[in-house]
Amino acid sequence: MTKPIDTKAGWSRRDAMRLAAIGGLGLAAPNLLGRPAFGQTPPQKPAGRVVVGMSQEPTVLNPLMVKIEVDDGVHFSLFDALFRVDPKGVIQPNLAREVPSQQNGGISQDGLQWRVKLRDNVRWHDGKPFTAEDVKFTLELIVNPKFRSWRTLGHALVRDITIVSPTEIQWRMEQPFAPYLSFLTETFIVPKHAFDGEADVNNAAFNRAPIGTGAFKFGKRVAGDHVELVANPDYFGEGPYLERLIFKYIPDSTVLYTQLKSGDIDMIGQQYIPANYFEEAKKLPSLAVEKVLRSNIESIYFNLDRPQFKELVVRQAIYTAIDRKSIIDALYYGMPAPTETFMPKQSAYYNPNLPVQEFDLKKAAKMLEDAGWKKGPDGIRAKDGVKLSFANSTTAGDQLREQLQQFVKQSLAEIGVEMKISNLPAAVIWGDFWQQSQFDTAIVGITFLIGADPDVTNRFSSKAIPAKGGRGSNNAQYVNPEVDALLEQGTRTFDPEARRPIYNKIQELVRRDLPFMPIYQTEAGYGRKKKIQGFQANPNTRTESWDAAHWYWMS
Amino acid sequence: MRGFLLHRLFQSAVLLVIVSLIGFATLSLMPGGPMAQYGLDPGMTQDDLARLKQQLGLDRPLWVQYFDWAWRLLQGDWGKSFRDGSAVLSVIGRHIFATLLLMGTSTVIAIALGSWIGIRGATHRHSVFDYLATIGAMIALSIPTFWFGLIGIYFFTLKLGWLPAGNMYTIGDGSVLDYAHHLIMPSVVLSLVHVAIWSRYMRTATLDAISQDFVKTARAKGASERRVLMKHVVGNALLPMIALAGVQLPSILTGALVTETVFTWPGMGRLFLDSLSYSDYPVVMGLLIFSAIIVILGNLIADIVIAFVDPRIRLA
Repeated sequence: MTKPIDTKAGWSRRDAMRLAAIGGLGLAAPNLLGRPAFGQTPPQKPAGRVVVGMSQEPTVLNPLMVKIEVDDGVHFSLFDALFRVDPKGVIQPNLAREVPSQQNGGISQDGLQWRVKLRDNVRWHDGKPFTAEDVKFTLELIVNPKFRSWRTLGHALVRDITIVSPTEIQWRMEQPFAPYLSFLTETFIVPKHAFDGEADVNNAAFNRAPIGTGAFKFGKRVAGDHVELVANPDYFGEGPYLERLIFKYIPDSTVLYTQLKSGDIDMIGQQYIPANYFEEAKKLPSLAVEKVLRSNIESIYFNLDRPQFKELVVRQAIYTAIDRKSIIDALYYGMPAPTETFMPKQSAYYNPNLPVQEFDLKKAAKMLEDAGWKKGPDGIRAKDGVKLSFANSTTAGDQLREQLQQFVKQSLAEIGVEMKISNLPAAVIWGDFWQQSQFDTAIVGITFLIGADPDVTNRFSSKAIPAKGGRGSNNAQYVNPEVDALLEQGTRTFDPEARRPIYNKIQELVRRDLPFMPIYQTEAGYGRKKKIQGFQANPNTRTESWDAAHWYWMS
Repeated sequence: MRGFLLHRLFQSAVLLVIVSLIGFATLSLMPGGPMAQYGLDPGMTQDDLARLKQQLGLDRPLWVQYFDWAWRLLQGDWGKSFRDGSAVLSVIGRHIFATLLLMGTSTVIAIALGSWIGIRGATHRHSVFDYLATIGAMIALSIPTFWFGLIGIYFFTLKLGWLPAGNMYTIGDGSVLDYAHHLIMPSVVLSLVHVAIWSRYMRTATLDAISQDFVKTARAKGASERRVLMKHVVGNALLPMIALAGVQLPSILTGALVTETVFTWPGMGRLFLDSLSYSDYPVVMGLLIFSAIIVILGNLIADIVIAFVDPRIRLA
């Protein structure tokens, strides 16, 4: 629907005038590093406002209700969780005073008893004190069968929540489950008193006028247009330095970028700068632009149940025949970097020592030849009556993926492998066709991790194959007992140092077995006005606005 | 007149039932549904999705869902949005002002400018003006609004810096002047197509009227050319235009999908598009019924007005 317009002609008159004005005052001319020379200290009192534009509308204000990515920015600004994950992937205390571990006694040696100490200086936006009662209420609300809650994974294992004191809470887990700590970084705490006397939790007044503990208070929401938050001067943490924070909905991604260029918005959110405009945006003098890793891995999935793919060497040969560099340069403007694993690079559990795929058609052909896959009269390889021919499916109408298919199809044809293209509409392909593994191969962008935890039981455990009656999303039908055992061990191990070798090994095994071929890890083009200070990207969250408390305008 | 109204009322009720049935069936047949947007969320389990489906009542048989919805609607309950939990009527209420403002302005421009161009084109047939108007109308009709909008933003916002790149107002300002400033580009872009349509219809209708015998008679009895044009020609040419206005009226309230998207205008058109892409069934159904009622009303009003201005037509 979008049509790119030619905007290569340089700055707009408005930009030029703005820059001239700044230069004329002799203030804050950007230096060689692109960092401003002055204005590095935040203001004494909250001042100014930042408008973040996003291409989907944040509509869910209760942070526990079923929601999508775009709602996160509002939730991170209004609320706090017990913990928060930092840009390096390390879990830090937020409403809790410390992160419980087996070392500090917060989690028992068997991993079943959890005890969390809370801050005693936190108040809700309406002035009432925050206590352990609120945490208990939150954890119970999530699993309330009447409540339309978001993820319940992990929460469903919590039993016997006990309030030790207003600043201490404990509970028992049905089984040891290390990822829960990470899930709690995305579980925002809501005030118990806001739900007193509400007959229907799904329609509580709170859901339209939320009360949090965060750096910003709820201002108003103009449906279809924007959500406005105002500074909370009593915030217990550092900040906020802005008087107002606004999330503006701009449905079309080209227009979203245009409004960043024209200065109508101060920062670009969700969907970010379209790849085709990224180079141009980097050259705009008023903007600070950077590439930020996302957790999504674009990959080609194999259905390992298909006879063609049973042999490892076939998957290896096909992987070797994919020219990832040309694909990324030609289709994605060279923006994302190739990867070898499901683990996002920003994770503390990323394994950087995996073998790197090298595009080599001759080698790929030789691998197949040596393994006994011989070319038939039609030029297609076959072995024991199985033809090396398969279908590849993705969302119909996804132009980039359709071009990616053409690239792969041509490369594979050169080594005697036939790939047919069979695309389906989004709503059809990601239904049973994908979930029940009815595809041969599929191009799909997948976020493997839940939150920032490295656990991937849901994707690679042999018990998680829906086509074989399992519960989960192991759509490749990958079965490896060694991986199963490691996954099991990983969810029961709490110490991050002890977990690292487990997940390194899992990544190694999955890289070797190739249930899917990783193409690249998505990177987003973040952009904001240069004069916004204190901004920090956090690829371990789903939003650019995870830390708006620290933003301020250069004076 | 009373018989006519009763007859129309009955017709309208039948029409509404048919529209709602088709709408409901189409929505439910659409693959995916409200759960699809959560399907690729790694933390949402199959159990979570099943639970939500049940909580929203989507696990019931289709006909049960329909009758439940229709019964509530008859009692005045339009349902609640899946997205933000607000009542559907209040969701519509929060978007209708934006649409009225944009569509109202552009319709006024379109009718005034379109009628003038049409009448002038007809009275000065085969003149340079007439040819230019015809070519202009063809261009305006064949170029997508989306493209016009982007070109407008490119020139007037990025190059010249005169007009904002969309939005209904500057957040934190919202004065009348601020609204007017933001209204210029979208209303002009949107009215381009409507001016083209109106001018073509008006030209045809005027030509039709000019060649009628009563115009010759009027001229013969010595009426001034101005009087002939204003009273006899335009008066008669307006009759088919009232019918056209009746058809066009609903769009003033239902909005313009494309223009509202390009110019970030929080109106009804975009609400419909968004609700559809989120499979927000209650809002989509509410909008369908709302639009249907407006269309029925628009046509009814046009019929009544024509009957009043045209003595040859009697409603029975």
